[in-house]
Amino acid sequence: MTTFRRVALLVLRKDVAIEVKSLEIISTTLFFAVSCVLVFAFALVREGSIVADAAAGILWIAIAFSGTLALGRTFERERYAETLRALLLAPAPRAAIYVGKLLGIVLLLTGAELLLVPLVALLFSAPFFARPLLLAGLLLAGTIGFAAVGTLFAAMLVRSRTRDIMLPILLYPITVPVIIAGVRGTAALLADGPDDAAAVMWLGVLSMFDVVFITLSLWTFEPLMTE
Amino acid sequence: MRKLFAPLTIVAAAMFAYAPIMIAGAPYESTMGLVQKIFYFHVPSWFAMFTAVFVCGIESGIYLFKGKASADRIAAAAGEIAVLFGCMGLVTGPLWGRKSWGVWWQWDARLTMALLVQLTFVAYLLVRKFGGPGSEKLAAAMAIFGMFNVPFVYMSVNIWRTIHPPTTVIPRLPSGMPGPFWFSVAAFLLLCVLLLVLRTELEHRRAALDALYLEEE
Repeated sequence: MTTFRRVALLVLRKDVAIEVKSLEIISTTLFFAVSCVLVFAFALVREGSIVADAAAGILWIAIAFSGTLALGRTFERERYAETLRALLLAPAPRAAIYVGKLLGIVLLLTGAELLLVPLVALLFSAPFFARPLLLAGLLLAGTIGFAAVGTLFAAMLVRSRTRDIMLPILLYPITVPVIIAGVRGTAALLADGPDDAAAVMWLGVLSMFDVVFITLSLWTFEPLMTE
Repeated sequence: MRKLFAPLTIVAAAMFAYAPIMIAGAPYESTMGLVQKIFYFHVPSWFAMFTAVFVCGIESGIYLFKGKASADRIAAAAGEIAVLFGCMGLVTGPLWGRKSWGVWWQWDARLTMALLVQLTFVAYLLVRKFGGPGSEKLAAAMAIFGMFNVPFVYMSVNIWRTIHPPTTVIPRLPSGMPGPFWFSVAAFLLLCVLLLVLRTELEHRRAALDALYLEEE
C-alpha cells in the first residue's frame, strides 16, 4: 500500500511541478470557464435579472466544459513528450498512476472553482456562501466524480487520432448524473431559505457515484492501458 | 444456435403476425382508449433494449478482462441492437405522449433516462466507428460504464421529476391486458436474440475475412 501511495503522490507532484512552472492549463482553463459563464449569462439574463436557478446551472456547465478542456490538455502534454509510455513502463502499479493523475486533475479543477464560484456569486448575486460547507462538499464530490470518469477516458484516448471530439462524446452521457446532482444540490442551497435536506441527499448521490466509478476505473485501468 | 435459427425465425414471424390479433382483442384502457394500444409495442421495445444493453456491458467486460475477441463482436452487435430498439421506444413514446399528455416530450424521469442511455450507446457506436485503431477497448469501457450508469441515471432523474406511469403498473394491469402484453414482450425479446445472433455472425465473418486478407499479404 505504501508503494501505491508513493507512486500516486509522485505522479501528482510531477504534474503539479510542471503546472506551477508553466501555468498553462490553469490559466487557459480559467479563461475558458469565465468565457463560458459570460456566454451563458447573455443567454439567460433577461431585463437585467437572471432566470431562477440559472446560477447553479451556469456554474456546473462552466465546470464541466472547462474540465473537459483541462483533461484533454493534461494528457496531450503526456502524449507530446511520449511520457505516458514511460509512466506505464515504470515498475509501479498502474492503478497508482491513475490515482496520481486523478488527484492532479481534481486539484486543478478545485483551483479553478475557487475563482469561479465567487465570480458567479458576484455576477448573479447568488447566495453561494450561505452554506459554505455544503457547497464545498457538493463541488468536491462532483469534481471527483467528473474527473474520475474523465481521467480514465482521457488516458485511453491518448492513442486515438480523434481524441478531441471523442472525449466529450464519451464523457457527457456518463457524467450526466453528476451534473443533475450538482445543479439540483446547488440550486437547493440557493433557494430562499436553503433546503439543507435536499442538498445533503444530492451529496449522497454524488458520493455514491464517486465510489462506484472510482472503483470501476481502478478495476478497468490496468486492462485498458495494456497494449 | 445455427440449426435453431431458421425455426426460431419462423416462430418470431408467426408471433409478430399473431400479436396484432391479440392486441385488438385486449380490452380498451378506461381513459386513453385506443391510444393505449401502443403500449404493447412501446414497453416491449424497452425490454429488448435493456436486454441488449446488459448483453453489451457484460460481453464488453468479458472482452476486456479475458481478451476474447468473440465477446467483443457480440458486444458490438448488442450495442447496435440496443440503439435500434431504443429508437423504437423513442419514436413510440412521443407518439403516445402527444395523445395522452398533450405534448411530444416531457422532461420526465423515465424519458430523460431512456434518452441518456440511448445517447450512451450511440456514443459507443461512434467510438467503434470513428475511434481509429484500438478503439475496441475504449468502446468496451464505454459499454461497461454505460451499464453501471443506468441505476445512477435512473436514481438522479427519478428524484428530479416524474409523471411517467411507474413500472409497478405492469403487475397490476387490468385483466385481459397481461396476455397480449407478455406475448408482445416475448416476441420482441425473441426478435432481439435473433438479431443479435445474426449480427454477431456477420461480425465473426468479417473478422474471418480480415484474417484471410492478412494471411494473403
